[in-house]
Amino acid sequence: MSELVQQVAERKDKRAFRELFMHYAPRIKALMMRQGADPETAEEIAQEAMLTVWRKANLFVPAKGSASTWIFTIARNLRIDRIRREIAWQATVSEAPEEFDDELPPDEAVAQAQQHTQLRGVIAQLPRDQNEVVKLSYLNGLSHSEIAERLGIPLGTVKSRIRLAYQKIRESLEEGI
Amino acid sequence: MIIQHHPDEATLMSYAAGTLSEALSVVVASHLELCPHCRARARELEALGAVLLDDVAPEDMSDASLAVFWQKLDALDDKVLRIHPERAAKEMTGTASGLSGPLAKLLGRPLAEVRWKRLAPGIRYHRLPLSDPSRGDLRLLKIAPGRTLPEHGHGGSEITLILSGSYHDRFGRFGPGDVADLDAEVEHQPIVDPEQECICLVASEHPARFKGLLSRLLQPLVGM
Repeated sequence: MSELVQQVAERKDKRAFRELFMHYAPRIKALMMRQGADPETAEEIAQEAMLTVWRKANLFVPAKGSASTWIFTIARNLRIDRIRREIAWQATVSEAPEEFDDELPPDEAVAQAQQHTQLRGVIAQLPRDQNEVVKLSYLNGLSHSEIAERLGIPLGTVKSRIRLAYQKIRESLEEGI
Repeated sequence: MIIQHHPDEATLMSYAAGTLSEALSVVVASHLELCPHCRARARELEALGAVLLDDVAPEDMSDASLAVFWQKLDALDDKVLRIHPERAAKEMTGTASGLSGPLAKLLGRPLAEVRWKRLAPGIRYHRLPLSDPSRGDLRLLKIAPGRTLPEHGHGGSEITLILSGSYHDRFGRFGPGDVADLDAEVEHQPIVDPEQECICLVASEHPARFKGLLSRLLQPLVGM
């Protein structure tokens, strides 16, 4: 995916972009719908996210992280922008910066795909209650209080499950290096 | 500056997932500008989001969605399309006063030019605008050297970032860049260090509760 973004950046490669669009747009749409947007709005947000990818492809630097993380943060920021500025989800274009300036050391950049696989493995192996709160957070877009309400458990319990999940994730990432 | 106190992991994950309220997000984002350690953690948590996004069952896009995309693109001016790296970099760094991006934007002026309002003896404040003020409170506090704050808890929904000066409480010294992100049940009694006044950024998710705390500050303190 990172190579595709670079191809878009270097020569506005429409074929490379099409591949990115076909992979990410339907998933961003699905994510937005899961977080409460109606299908039309969700599709609009997916389009906007991909427009940002097209526009900012020249700002994406592989040494700073993976393309999928970059695109995730674009979609996330668009959603935040809409929710904060409007009551209903309507079209706004976000100019929020998607990344900081830190460069990863070269060997860490190479390990991006590995990290992706590792993370996938950790999530799959999380105990059910931890897996659940992580997904309610990222996929359903619920705050900790909202998760507590949804599951009928204390806020403190939500937070400790998240901390436990976080610990496992960190351990797994550290072992990988 | 050596930062010793960081946001809680649960707070960072909520931030990375985009579910942290606006007021708290500004404080976390401001801390991230100062703390490479937490930036690395936030990046990992964003990578986690990317993995989850990748595994989502895709929703069908409308038939002509990609064609529509190209049409929209063609309709846009070419100047709008290219983001220049230097301009983008300038937008991301703070103002000359060294304030972080989101805080600098909300403040709209250097810290030295803030107009402070008096809250209580030795405590001034400046409220910052939020998209929805009913959903949170975000303000700068400027507290006099040596001032003691009454013992209080944060109810798990407040977070404080020290911008300048420092205070001590049972958890240690909190200086520039440090964050106080207390668990719901925890109480503390901060005492500002005598060398200089302490300026901090305080976010709360429950404006009514926070105002209750502030009104307690107006009560005379024993031994002051």
